[in-house]
Amino acid sequence: MPMPFYVAPEQMMKDRSDYARKGIARGKPVIAMEYADGILFIADNPSTHLYKISEIYDRIAFAAVGKYSEFENLRIAGVRLADVRGYSYDREDVTAKSLANAYSQGLATIFTQEMKPYEVEILVAQVGERPEDNELFHILYDGSVTDEDGFVVMGGEAEALADRLKSGYRQGMDLSDAAKVGVESLWPQDGERLDPSRLEVAVLDRTRPRRKFLRLPDEELGRILQG
Amino acid sequence: MTPEEPSFGANPSFFDLVRNLGVDPLGRAAAAGGEPLAPLPPHGTTVVALQFAEGVIMAGDRRAVEGYAIADSRMDKVFPADEHSVVGIAGVAGQALDLVRLFQTELEHYEKVEGDALSLEGKANRLAQLIRSSLPMVMQGLVVVPIYGGFDLRKGQGRIFRYDAIGGRYEEIDYNATGSGSRDAKASLKKRWRAGMARQDGVEAAVESLLDASEADTATGGPDPVRGIYPSVHIVTADGVEEVPADETRLAFEAVLARREGSS
Repeated sequence: MPMPFYVAPEQMMKDRSDYARKGIARGKPVIAMEYADGILFIADNPSTHLYKISEIYDRIAFAAVGKYSEFENLRIAGVRLADVRGYSYDREDVTAKSLANAYSQGLATIFTQEMKPYEVEILVAQVGERPEDNELFHILYDGSVTDEDGFVVMGGEAEALADRLKSGYRQGMDLSDAAKVGVESLWPQDGERLDPSRLEVAVLDRTRPRRKFLRLPDEELGRILQG
Repeated sequence: MTPEEPSFGANPSFFDLVRNLGVDPLGRAAAAGGEPLAPLPPHGTTVVALQFAEGVIMAGDRRAVEGYAIADSRMDKVFPADEHSVVGIAGVAGQALDLVRLFQTELEHYEKVEGDALSLEGKANRLAQLIRSSLPMVMQGLVVVPIYGGFDLRKGQGRIFRYDAIGGRYEEIDYNATGSGSRDAKASLKKRWRAGMARQDGVEAAVESLLDASEADTATGGPDPVRGIYPSVHIVTADGVEEVPADETRLAFEAVLARREGSS
């Protein structure tokens, strides 16, 4: 058996990171932002059936960018973890924090041990009873996790997008204002404006009964953007 | 009987998932040892379900019994199964409540994994399979017999399914009941039920059938105006599940009483 070439661990990690980052940047972006009644998610997603934003549990949603097959896998694993935990203990005992930890562990293992890292970036968001209780966990391809405040941008030209969003974002905006700021920042500054029907939009709305997650259909989004 | 974990695609069943984790939610293993008892019919409760103009009404009495003692006079026996269906239970309370919780989680889990809700037919079949999975408990005499009603969004109509102790599933086009008072309740509904009833008439018919059952069956609780305990009534329409407010149930009960006073 031929000896494999020696590759320094630093180089190996860097190569893997570059590979994952490139894959993620190729995709279209997703943003999540806190507003007065909860958390708003907007994704640039031409597909009407393959979602990037989904419900995990009563107060918890999942958003992802990158390779569909990979984040779909992670989403289903999250739904399973949440449902088993809620059934074994109580619905209140399912938290975004424990999901974020599980995702972080899983992605870190894949990053170091699998043939190729996952080309995904995910967000686990939980709406709280009060705005200050909201939780946004942003998890990268290598399992590193950050606890964010206000808004999160993933995928595409995330940095430029985050700058645009930052200039319009204010704490405690109502849904209509938040949606306007979010949609506006997704539109490229030069060139043609996106068709709003390309957008996938959902909220975690704390005023709803048990299941806080709600998808907003195109008509509803149109109404909100007008209002 | 147990579907294997498919090797292709994600299995959307929560029941299969917890079983693979080594949990035995319906006590399938319980039959080991001991003389099997003859399955007993459910020995408490009356839950009725009936079609009305906009969908399905399901109502249950509030009494739980332990032998000859009343264990609870405020128990709920009708539960939302998901956003467009309700399930009512009769039989051994502990086992029945577990079945409801498992069924609710099963439906929600499917919906989240697949991204679409099951068809009403699919939900009704799944409930039958869950009942059949608890067959060992049934052989020990721990019988649960639910009744299931929902709004079929694809067909645009309300539908009712009744079950037997081993998971037989039968669709009813008008009304049905489960529990020890079900005979009396059905006799009552036979006289009052009409196709296309309005909501108010339907709620009154349901409340009256429970009243009739409570007058003939010790294990079915009647309305208790002194303590403000009335049957729990749920309505399912195209808009979803709604629990009928206690005040509306009370008014329906008073209307039934008023009619009786007038006729006697």
